[in-house]
Amino acid sequence: MMAFFATRTDLALDRDASGRFLPWVIAVMVFMAMLALAGAMVLQRATAGWQRGIEGHLTVQIADQAGQPMAPRLAAAVKELQLVPGVVRAVPLDRAAVELLLAPWLGRENLTSDLPLPGLIDVEVAPGGIDVAAIGARLARTVPGAVVDDPKPWLDRVLRLADLLQILAGAVVLGIGLATVFMVIFATRAGLSSHREAIEVLHLIGARDGYIAGQFQRQTLRLALAGALPAGIAAAGSLIVLGVLAAGAGRGLLPTIGFGPLAWLALAALPVIAIVIATLSARFTVLGYLREML
Amino acid sequence: MVRFQNVGMRYGLGPEVLRDLTFDLPAGSFHFLTGPSGAGKSTLLKLLYLAHRPSRGLITMFDQNVAAVPRNRLPGLRRRIGVVFQEFRLLDHLSALDNVALPLRIAGANRKQAEDHVRELLAWVGLSDRMNAKPPTLSGGEKQRVAIARAVIARPSLLLADEPTGNVDPAMGRRLMHLFVELNKIGTTLVIATHDEAMISEFRRPVLRLADGELSVEGA
Ligand SMILES: Nc1ncnc2c1ncn2[C@@H]1O[C@H](COP(=O)(O)OP(=O)(O)O)[C@@H](O)[C@H]1O
Ligand SMILES: [Mg+2]
Repeated sequence: MMAFFATRTDLALDRDASGRFLPWVIAVMVFMAMLALAGAMVLQRATAGWQRGIEGHLTVQIADQAGQPMAPRLAAAVKELQLVPGVVRAVPLDRAAVELLLAPWLGRENLTSDLPLPGLIDVEVAPGGIDVAAIGARLARTVPGAVVDDPKPWLDRVLRLADLLQILAGAVVLGIGLATVFMVIFATRAGLSSHREAIEVLHLIGARDGYIAGQFQRQTLRLALAGALPAGIAAAGSLIVLGVLAAGAGRGLLPTIGFGPLAWLALAALPVIAIVIATLSARFTVLGYLREML
Repeated sequence: MVRFQNVGMRYGLGPEVLRDLTFDLPAGSFHFLTGPSGAGKSTLLKLLYLAHRPSRGLITMFDQNVAAVPRNRLPGLRRRIGVVFQEFRLLDHLSALDNVALPLRIAGANRKQAEDHVRELLAWVGLSDRMNAKPPTLSGGEKQRVAIARAVIARPSLLLADEPTGNVDPAMGRRLMHLFVELNKIGTTLVIATHDEAMISEFRRPVLRLADGELSVEGA
């Protein structure tokens, strides 16, 4: 490895302008690609979590009505629900549970004991679905003010949006990859034409195309390493800090930003992939160019 | 070693610089190539060191029709040919030592052995104290000797030199000519382009004379 870095090149590639800008370009590309991939993975986990929590559940809400105690109305609604085919379980939430749900929105201090709160019933339904409208009509007859809340249409919209965002993140990563390839091709072509005379001499004294391509390839590898490694570390650091901040901001509101070993592996693969495609782009650009020479 | 049959050469769409060249260079021969400036000496050498393809005619080198050699086998042929370019074509950012070592490095030679060999040769051409100098700091005569050392370091079987003694004093010129004679004695085939008639008559070798793009052979 050390010998590799010490190798002097026959072409004065280390003085080329690309030596100054390529590491920066690759660093920015790697950083952005890692954040885009991380965003897609956070979204993926969050929507999977919502889906698991919501699918197979309905919520029945009973609005507070002045002068009517909530407890008997809740009990009546639960009894009615248990008669509906397809309902597995119907569990009323006590006041403490309702307060817990509202805390992120109202704050605990604002929930005085005389604040009228709606009654909530968590309904678990059998897989295969259930006619939400029919339950609603049936409940409304027994317990006025009861409404069935079906989260499924909302969930579907959120999932569609999440899918779209993930496709977008994929397109961003792909676009960044292509831009990196084009930058490297551009820089390599500039290098080839500014070293044309020396390349010709190497050819005339018997250098093979692979020998000349190897010089460009090693130089590009050095520049890509110089850009991709710090950028990878910076992106990982940013994600860890973001995770801590998101956790501090409250669990209910923000999805958690935390990654398992596989996700970290996928993130770590990005700088490596950037280095590999940069190096290969340089190699094939040189080989293509040399084929035009005698 | 080399055979030209009805070879013609033009640059782009320009006029024919070389016309109908037909000659043989037997293995181990030593020829001078002469003619007035612009006669096509350098162009003929470019054909010989495979920097150009002829516009017409047949060139046979090392028993192969050059036009039929696939691109990936050209480096193998070129390694058997040593060239002293008229404008030297040294790599400016490499020391004299590294320039001379280049053909050995390219051929994958052992670094340490190559270096000893290069030092010895550079000492022989009087450049012991300039080994680490870069070409831009060398005089014309010093560059010329570095170029000659690079051309001969890998023991080519065909050595081509384009006015190799044009930039050195007569004493050094004679010393370099004796190097060429020694190389020829061990079997190297040589073509030396020059317009130094005094040297041609002193060394008494067959002469390829170019005039107006046509070639005549004298004293074969
Ligand atoms: N690269 C080139 N492109 C076009 N014409 C050239 C080129 N090199 C040489 N020539 C022309 O070819 C002719 C022969 O040149 P050259 O072989 O250099 O002659 P010499 O080495 O005998 O002085 C000259 O007329 C020169 O102008
Ligand atoms: Mg000339």
